[in-house]
Amino acid sequence: MCSLEKRGNLFILTLTGQSVEHRLNPHLITSIIAALSQAKAQSSRGSALVTVSHGKFFCNGIDLDWVNAVARSNQEAQQHFDHLYHSLKRLVLAFISLPMPTVAAVNGHVAAAGVVLALCHDYVIMRRDRGVLYMSELDKGIGIPEVFMALFRAKISGSTRRDILLRGLKIKGEEALKMGIAEAVHDGEEGVTDAGTEMGDELAKRKWDGEVYVEIRKGLYPELCGMLGMTSNVTATPKL
Amino acid sequence: MCTLEKRGILFVLTLTGDDQHRINPKLIGDLLSLLSQVKAQATRGSALITQAQGKFFSNGFDLDWAQAAGSQQGASERLLHMVESFKPVVAALLSLPVPTIAALTGHAAACGFVFALSHDYIIMRRDRGVLYMSEVDIGLTMPDYFNAVFREKIGDASARRDLLLRGLKMKGDEAVKRGVAEAAYDGEGEVRAASVRMAEELGKRKWQGEVYAEIRKGLFPQLSATVGLGHKTIATPKL
Repeated sequence: MCSLEKRGNLFILTLTGQSVEHRLNPHLITSIIAALSQAKAQSSRGSALVTVSHGKFFCNGIDLDWVNAVARSNQEAQQHFDHLYHSLKRLVLAFISLPMPTVAAVNGHVAAAGVVLALCHDYVIMRRDRGVLYMSELDKGIGIPEVFMALFRAKISGSTRRDILLRGLKIKGEEALKMGIAEAVHDGEEGVTDAGTEMGDELAKRKWDGEVYVEIRKGLYPELCGMLGMTSNVTATPKL
Repeated sequence: MCTLEKRGILFVLTLTGDDQHRINPKLIGDLLSLLSQVKAQATRGSALITQAQGKFFSNGFDLDWAQAAGSQQGASERLLHMVESFKPVVAALLSLPVPTIAALTGHAAACGFVFALSHDYIIMRRDRGVLYMSEVDIGLTMPDYFNAVFREKIGDASARRDLLLRGLKMKGDEAVKRGVAEAAYDGEGEVRAASVRMAEELGKRKWQGEVYAEIRKGLFPQLSATVGLGHKTIATPKL
């Protein structure tokens, strides 16, 4: 479902599995959370993480097939949906509390909960030549859970937020760059993945203290962190 | 350490000397005293320009003074003391009944950057000087009011992330582009002249000081609350 590799100071989390769309179901989510735990356990000053995927999709949202396959009634489907939502909240928490800079190397289409996954990272790199970022909820007639709204409020400014959520725009790489969603765009899957790992390496070179880094990140996103039940710690470990 | 001059109806607060203008209890005391004077002497049409001599606007808290405590515990206490004591400076600037401009002719880092951001407008050099939150590189977390200043004064989420989480050293042109600074000019003289021009332009509007301060606090409610400021409603229409 996903694999974790360590290359020097860089952790590379790869979304694997047979699903081309890398849809989020409890198995994949659990697998990612476990990988992040591992990275956290092995982290040191100057660690960084990049998440990569392969093929046409980075992540196309939640696995509705799974929801429907295991449910025998509408009520059960709703329960599984809720369970999935809670797992996603834990996933967001795992990323926001990871004590190192994170980069999402978005190799292809990213939609709905997949956008949430990408935005969990500190930086997003997209493909210029292919792939769109798309919050499909409005078109599908599905509401957006509060925690995800908080994530958008935290990470994306003003009219861009409205355009993504309320306008159902399919946003290509260049556009995402202009809108401040993506940090950089590159051509080709390899281009994006390489740029992602390079950025990870660059950030790692700053040798930031992981605990301090998380606290500063939490300070940037107080509403989101409050919703995820995170508390703050003040650290003064000046490098003198 | 710092002086206050009146040039016509403009107040000019200068951090003097060629040093880093580190923020310590002495400077904080002086700033509070001078800002009180501005408040007392301000009239409709006044404005404040804060500027500095030398290569730095301010390089943040006086960590040397903190270290001089002689122990890790002592140093942390002194640092915390400075963090707490600087809040009233931010509060004084937020409630000052005149428009305020930070004229940056040198680097503004950490608390020095927060000091600059506590003004209504930043004018800086294009050719030299950076805005820099050094905390992530030094290994310090942000006090609550630092986070509030950034959240409420800088609208662009990715700019906030780049400054706080990435330790970006932001130069004049980028600061203007990303909405952190109002304008950037080449050379010290240009920055000072531009800030005087802007102060005069703002002064011409003859805003009622109390109203100005209340509207400003209304723009930054979280920051105001964090530094202990309340809010009141005024209706004194210009009739």
